[in-house]
Amino acid sequence: MRLRTFFWFVGPSVALMLIFIAAPLVSVFVQSFYVTSPVLETVERETCAPGFLGEVCTTQTVTRPLLDADGRVVTETEFVGLQAYRSVLELDRTRAALADWDLQALLQIDFWKALRFTLVFTFVTLPIMLAVGLGLALAVNTVTERVKGPAIFLTLLPFIITPVIGALSIRWLFIGDGILTALIEWWLQRDVALFAQAWTIEILMMFYRIWHVAPFAFVVFYAALQTVNRDTLESALIDGANRWQRLRYVIIPHLAPLIVFLSLIHLMDSYRVFEEIVGFSAESHVISLQWITYDYLTPDDAGNRSISRASASAMLTMIGIVILLIWPLRRTWADYSRRET
Amino acid sequence: MKIARYLATAAAVAVLATGARAECTFENDVPVSISAAGFAAWNAVTAAMQECGNVTVELSQDFQEKQATGMAARPSLYTMGGVANSSMVPLLNAGLIRPLDDLVARYGQHLSPQQLIRVDGQIMAIAMMVNAQHLMYRSDIFADLGLEVPTDYDQLIAAAQVIRDAGVVDYPFGAPWSTTWLIFADIYLGYGGSFFADGFQPAVNNETGLATLARMAELTEYMDPEYLVSDSTYVQQQLQNGRVAMANLWASRAGAMNDAAESKVVGLVEFASAPASGPGTLPAATLWWDGVVIARNVTDAEAEAAFRVAMEGLDTEMANANPEAAIWIIPGFEPGPIAAGAAATAQNGALPYPASTHMGLMQQAIADNIGAFLTSGMAAEATLAQIEADYLESAREAGILQ
Repeated sequence: MRLRTFFWFVGPSVALMLIFIAAPLVSVFVQSFYVTSPVLETVERETCAPGFLGEVCTTQTVTRPLLDADGRVVTETEFVGLQAYRSVLELDRTRAALADWDLQALLQIDFWKALRFTLVFTFVTLPIMLAVGLGLALAVNTVTERVKGPAIFLTLLPFIITPVIGALSIRWLFIGDGILTALIEWWLQRDVALFAQAWTIEILMMFYRIWHVAPFAFVVFYAALQTVNRDTLESALIDGANRWQRLRYVIIPHLAPLIVFLSLIHLMDSYRVFEEIVGFSAESHVISLQWITYDYLTPDDAGNRSISRASASAMLTMIGIVILLIWPLRRTWADYSRRET
Repeated sequence: MKIARYLATAAAVAVLATGARAECTFENDVPVSISAAGFAAWNAVTAAMQECGNVTVELSQDFQEKQATGMAARPSLYTMGGVANSSMVPLLNAGLIRPLDDLVARYGQHLSPQQLIRVDGQIMAIAMMVNAQHLMYRSDIFADLGLEVPTDYDQLIAAAQVIRDAGVVDYPFGAPWSTTWLIFADIYLGYGGSFFADGFQPAVNNETGLATLARMAELTEYMDPEYLVSDSTYVQQQLQNGRVAMANLWASRAGAMNDAAESKVVGLVEFASAPASGPGTLPAATLWWDGVVIARNVTDAEAEAAFRVAMEGLDTEMANANPEAAIWIIPGFEPGPIAAGAAATAQNGALPYPASTHMGLMQQAIADNIGAFLTSGMAAEATLAQIEADYLESAREAGILQ
């Protein structure tokens, strides 16, 4: 392909990526080194409000942003270097916890607590997702043609459901005396509270994620199963390979690049675990890295938000994803290089 | 569940509204809009506003974010906002709402002085309802077990012990602890604590803070173990389904107890003052209000139309047609028995919630740390120290402290 033609083909998508991915990323990167805050003045404010029995007037010392002649809030932006990162990582507290070898104290620091959960979540769901996806693909591949359509449709269903809605459904099935909790209680003949401690919520969240993403693995594996070399399978059969040996020595090697591909996607997605935390309202028990960014960004009752720390936390999350992806990316790279030669 | 009920309420209100179509005293020809929270009281008020025509209503749980950005636009995206005492603060600070004195003089002579929210002498909002946490208890269970209505948390815990021993409900006590900061603030203020010293320096790491945390830990013994994910609606349903015997819950939830469509305890729940934090202290509750504000960045004609529409939304007919939706402070409305507990709470000296920018940061710091104290065994002193450290960090970022 001529260079010019190539350029016209990829040009639009490169431009869109620059505008919608690279530019915001640079902006977030820059913002993580600056703090923008309103210029405040301190005033005495008297507020009179209803109090059931009559008016209650209170005087409070409050801060109020200065407004310019046009009625807009005056802000000032200050370069703070790595201050936001230090604040997100809570370095002093971290150092103290590490010096005492106190794992519990370390895991009470938001960032490390979130990192712990995010990593456990990512690495527990990854193999199960692959196994369930492959199992489903093999199962559907062996059913008769007539039921294949409905079987594929049913398997794909969880993947189609909007993540937040899916998480809420699972929450309602289990919270309090939800239908499934009631069932478990009846079965075990004891009181069960699945939302009372962190580990049960974590298990529910992982269960939900596997339920949600396994269909994607299924689709990919199922498509690949259609291209397994029939001759190789038949010769394996003639050589006396049993079902397991055929799977292990013929099918899995054929699927290997896809396993790396799926792991890549899954690592990226689940390191950003977020919907589960919101859907299960788990934030008092368990938090994830992405949720920390969201927490900084959400204005509190008085309208404060921490853009600077949110940016720093977003950058840290991205760095984490890059580190996780090094291995599968190198593997894919090696695969392609081998094929080239 | 929640959504289904909102829809049901909205439908019920819509039916009432069509029945009272001719109620609006004028034909509104200036397009106005309102953004407010999505609960029963706002459903009722905005439905009454819509009778006047040309009113766009946007009710959602994210109203605060929408108002802050929407009203900062020029012209403002919303002519009116429905706010509570805390959510008015950011709008007030950013100069996004206008004083209403002249409009009150022209169209609001009938309003009671209670409804006029004055900030530094200027009327900035028109209140429509008040709210506070109060004690809701099952009178039948209390009578069976010969219990007195508790007036402080010591008595409440003693009663909870008796109720638990009798085994008549799943859990003796319920409260919406998904907002732990509010539970902490209520008990802390009840003990007479103050959150700040020397202006904006944090001051929760003290005896009162420790007593508050101890009280919270003590209460969890008698609550559903899933208390950290229990919001107001969840606790309300627990009470309606007879799963808890007492709750310290919003007065605005009282009406639902006697709603035969969803409650199994109609007529059995009574209301009393919120319990005091400890013997002889103030009630562990704060006073809140909800009301209407008008955007600054709209034309005077729009503001005038919005105010007249608001007066229609907040009129006596609306309040009397929806007596269970809220404790209205609208003239001509007589609060029924559901307001008794909230009134007693106020009588016992509960304070208005001290909403402000720095209190918002304190709230966040409390919310972020109480979970660790309650679930992963973080020591009380360490929790309070961490709340102060987190507050200092965000106060510096917000420019409140240097």
